Amino acid sequence: MKILTERMEAHRTDSHTIERYEATGGYSALRKGFEIGPEAVTAEVKASNIRGRGGANFPAGVKWGFLAPARPAYLVINADESEPGTFKDRQLLERDPHQLVEGVVLSSYALGVNHAFIYIRGEYPKPARRVQHAVDEAYAKGYLGKDILGSGFDLDVTVHLGGGAYICGEESALLNSLEGRRGEPRIKPPFPAVEGLYSKPTIVNNVETISNVPWIVSNGGIAYASIGPDTSAGTRLISLSGHINKPGNYEIVMGMTWRDLIYDIGGGIPGGRELKAWIPGGSSAPWFVPAEHLDTPATIDDVNDLGSMMGSGAVIVMDETTDVVAAAHRIVRFYSHESCGQCTPCREGTTWLERIFNRLLNGQGRMADIDLLIDVSDGISPGLTWPPAMTTICPLGPSATAPVVSIMKYFRDEVEARVVSGIPVALEAADG
Amino acid sequence: MADLVTITVDGVAMQGKAGEVLIKVAEDNGNFIPRFCWHPRMKPVGMCRMCLVEVVGPRGRMLVPSCTTTINEGMEVDTQSAVVKKAQEGVLEYLLINHPLDCPVCDKGGECPLQDHTVAYGPGESRFVEEKRHFEKPIPISELVLLDRERCILCARCTRFSDEISGDPLIEFKDRGNAVQVITFPGEPFSSYFSGNTVQICPVGALTAKPYRFKARPWDLEAVESVSMVDSIGSKVSVQSSQNEVVRIDGIDNDATNHGWLSDKDRFVFESIHSADRITTPLIKEEGQFREATWGEALDLVAERLTSFPGAQVAGLGGANSTNEEAYTFGKFLRTIVVTPHIDAQLDDGLDPQFLVGVTPRAAIPDLETAKTILLWAADLKEEYPVLYLRVRRAAAELGANLIVVHPRATGLDDVATHKVRYRPGTGPEVLRELTGDDADYTEIREALAAGPVVGIVGRTGLGEDPRLAEAVAAFVRDFSEGKIMPLARRGNVVGALDMGLAPTLLPGRVSESAAHDVLESEWGPLPEGLGRNATSILEGLRDGELRALIMLGTDPVRDHAEPELAAAGLDGAEFVVAMDQFITDSVAAADVVFPVAGFAEVEGTVTNIEGRVQKVNRLVPSPGQTRATWSVLDDLARRMDGNLGATAAAAIAKEITGVAPAYHGVTWDALDWGDGREGLLLPLAEGVQHLEYIPVDGQLASVDARYGLHLGRVLYDDGVRVRMSPSLAALRPEGAVFLNAAALDALGLAPGSPAVVEGASGRVELPVAVDNSLGDGTVYVPANLESTRSLGAAVAVTVSPGGDA
Repeated sequence: MKILTERMEAHRTDSHTIERYEATGGYSALRKGFEIGPEAVTAEVKASNIRGRGGANFPAGVKWGFLAPARPAYLVINADESEPGTFKDRQLLERDPHQLVEGVVLSSYALGVNHAFIYIRGEYPKPARRVQHAVDEAYAKGYLGKDILGSGFDLDVTVHLGGGAYICGEESALLNSLEGRRGEPRIKPPFPAVEGLYSKPTIVNNVETISNVPWIVSNGGIAYASIGPDTSAGTRLISLSGHINKPGNYEIVMGMTWRDLIYDIGGGIPGGRELKAWIPGGSSAPWFVPAEHLDTPATIDDVNDLGSMMGSGAVIVMDETTDVVAAAHRIVRFYSHESCGQCTPCREGTTWLERIFNRLLNGQGRMADIDLLIDVSDGISPGLTWPPAMTTICPLGPSATAPVVSIMKYFRDEVEARVVSGIPVALEAADG
Repeated sequence: MADLVTITVDGVAMQGKAGEVLIKVAEDNGNFIPRFCWHPRMKPVGMCRMCLVEVVGPRGRMLVPSCTTTINEGMEVDTQSAVVKKAQEGVLEYLLINHPLDCPVCDKGGECPLQDHTVAYGPGESRFVEEKRHFEKPIPISELVLLDRERCILCARCTRFSDEISGDPLIEFKDRGNAVQVITFPGEPFSSYFSGNTVQICPVGALTAKPYRFKARPWDLEAVESVSMVDSIGSKVSVQSSQNEVVRIDGIDNDATNHGWLSDKDRFVFESIHSADRITTPLIKEEGQFREATWGEALDLVAERLTSFPGAQVAGLGGANSTNEEAYTFGKFLRTIVVTPHIDAQLDDGLDPQFLVGVTPRAAIPDLETAKTILLWAADLKEEYPVLYLRVRRAAAELGANLIVVHPRATGLDDVATHKVRYRPGTGPEVLRELTGDDADYTEIREALAAGPVVGIVGRTGLGEDPRLAEAVAAFVRDFSEGKIMPLARRGNVVGALDMGLAPTLLPGRVSESAAHDVLESEWGPLPEGLGRNATSILEGLRDGELRALIMLGTDPVRDHAEPELAAAGLDGAEFVVAMDQFITDSVAAADVVFPVAGFAEVEGTVTNIEGRVQKVNRLVPSPGQTRATWSVLDDLARRMDGNLGATAAAAIAKEITGVAPAYHGVTWDALDWGDGREGLLLPLAEGVQHLEYIPVDGQLASVDARYGLHLGRVLYDDGVRVRMSPSLAALRPEGAVFLNAAALDALGLAPGSPAVVEGASGRVELPVAVDNSLGDGTVYVPANLESTRSLGAAVAVTVSPGGDA
């Protein structure tokens, strides 16, 4: 079952053009939407039970319901795809931008929004060009602008490139960035649906979420909801990476086991090596290990119940050769580098974690550092549970604690061995 | 009144107003929650995470920042749980990992929230073993403020202050994560008139002020509460000394005047107190040279000379920078010992004294919090009344008041003004007539004014402007619903001095000479008959020989009078001049005898601000050398002239004022020192007190028709003596220039920087021209009272021509 990637797989060279899009049924959902009216479009999205694909997996229809009545209101598409291991939105932006644009028009129509923004990460120049071109084409063809298709509905779309900060994928930081301010998460409440862009009601949705809307309107929300498990309805894109034979994006119906995903879809581990661990939903998610998780279903709720998350659908596979301390360090370093710097525990705590890891890797670790890593993490995310409790405004800081907790939970002996060995990582690699 | 909400904090029920944040409600009820970034006068940002508490909700306990959490009915809060303690310890340990802990050499050491919170809430030891973060330090971010980025804990108080409060966002965060730092923009120093506030609110020693840096340890400081006398707003201050030397002035938070904020002039002017140029012994002029004299010698000489003139040939100028008690004594001395009616505390640069002290209905500063519309037709507040500027800025930017600014050029408040009117000096009366009439250009402004309450802030926009225009504007504002007037004049205690009778038309207690003459005679004995001369007339009289002697109290007409040539001629024409002052100003240099007197922080007494709010100033340090309190000099002099002022102590004079001066009935020092009195006493204290109630009138002035109208506007750092004697501030004085719009420069064939001559009835200057495109055609702006501009004098109609050899 393919929804999002059907066109790009069937038409590998020109799926991004408006000609191909129209020839394959594109913008017919829009016509249908204008016939049935905005309430009905909203009703279909609600009925679809689609959960946001940006990482939080919050039901999109419910989010739409929070939009405050004040106008103007805005729709902002979060295309700031920066979570390490995540590269699915890039494909949707590059290969089927009109699917997104049609989804934006339908969603804006349903929400009563006349200005939408597509915020694309700065390191995505090609996707940005493709989307801008698609927007230009849509204007030229009357799918955007004034009185779209004679419906009386007006919509402008602005494509905006970010400046290269992971934190701007956090929706309120994204709004600050869009307004020209520092990309720092805002205090919530007020939530964006009440006071968002330029202090007006704003819905922020992920690229993949909105790219599903044309299909949902064409085929009905109930049809979408009937795909896959009840609470993980529809298909979703999974970005498979790491030690895997067939890395890439896969549109799957949720519900298969991790074994199916890694060994069948991903083709298993190179060289037939052993699977050691994987991250089920982006670098901020707590890790899974084969002994406990390989035969559990890859659904949003099952993963939540096991203390991690499907997040943005990024699955990073680590085989037996993985140095887990180095892997955790790499992730911690990312969060330390990307902290916006507002909250003390995140700004100072993630840096501290990184520097302790530096010592561990340099052969200067102490046994006391193991408890220290856990306690510094605990200061950012009290209790070290998942979903995390936070001493911070946003979950960036707690995200840095996930790999720490994971390696201590599953590979503590390896961490201790590293302290005992006292051999710097680079030397060890040379020996091997 | 906002609805009251009941919450429970640590098991204790308490009430706060709906919409208030938890941290404030808890503190108001005696439960202090630690914090770094939260400041009660700024919007919360919830960044430092020090104020995390647990709120017990339907879904269990939640850790929330108490500074961003508004209270709800029934809210249950735990500030003492193990989770909260752990979070607090965590935040402190995190903050300290990169903090240099150079407390022994840090100005903040001993009064540092980071130190104090570490003691009270910290983990007691650090587990951090790596190298700390390093930055070059300190780096100057302005002439007055230095930044140590290693000490900074990134609470954003300073950046938020400069953005939210003072409206000059010249400092910002740059970079992200652990590399975040406060920084100025390239090529733009933090040249704010309010930079010192950031030093005061910095919760660590990251920002330090040059004038105080390394001067003292906080625990060695002695301090008194007092009131800034730099301008007439009456900002509440804490004056602090070490080893009998004032080393720091901080703002004190109050609702009435300054919300804790100060201008840098309020804050750093203390340097003048200990200037080496202070006069410390009496001086007698012999053969054109001053020589040091004993008090006895000087007092005898002055007594003898003053007695030799008929009283009506002697005049007194000054007192507007003195306390009420000093001003009262000065007036009593002039009216009863010398027996002259020629008294003026202003120098014709302010407003009509009866209007200034007696206008009704009068606005108080807190009225700006509730005003719907503010009409500002006065000086550029940022330059002349910086703290009032902050309050008006808040009203317009935060509280949503309509702000109408009428001024000859762009002012510091234009960016938050809803309406701006610019006019050529001299045409103010015409603008007012159009505003009051039905001129279509002003329809929106008239509509805005229809929304009361209206506060009209009125005063002279520049030195040349006819003071009667401000009164006409007041008469206009008064007619609007709930219209109130705030008349502005700038000297520190000008309202107090006039209230003490230092004007020809006024007697002590905010009463007119004509109405109170007989009543006061029953207290003071015989008074001179008839109205006396004002400052200009006094100077003219001295010049023309109609008056023969002058007594000056802390005044410098040669620099401050609008016509310096007249002032110089007056002093020159006087047979005998006595000056009571702290410095040998240009005017004091013309005196025959100089008495050195004590000043700010050296005397106690009361002052009355522009609202009519009486507040106490206090003594902290001894005055230098042989200086004496003004009242005691006058008392001594009176005895040598066979009189008796009964001025035995400032407190005794205050008691006499309470009895003699009607509007000051009930104003006692006791009432000012404690409780609500710390916010000052706003006059009149009660209904029924007989005092002047002045109804402003529109005098139907004529406009001045001229090709060029001169706007002679003051700047904050001018050549006033206290700025000149405060090295940190003196360095900030701008260069003088002639400002015209670009078109006018073209028309005159002038390029920016080339010399131009401005000439008016009372003088001329030749200065480089500069472009100011906020000036309308025909408006020429010259900053007043700078060394390079003072020769111009105050005219409205001027000529402008190319200077140099052209």
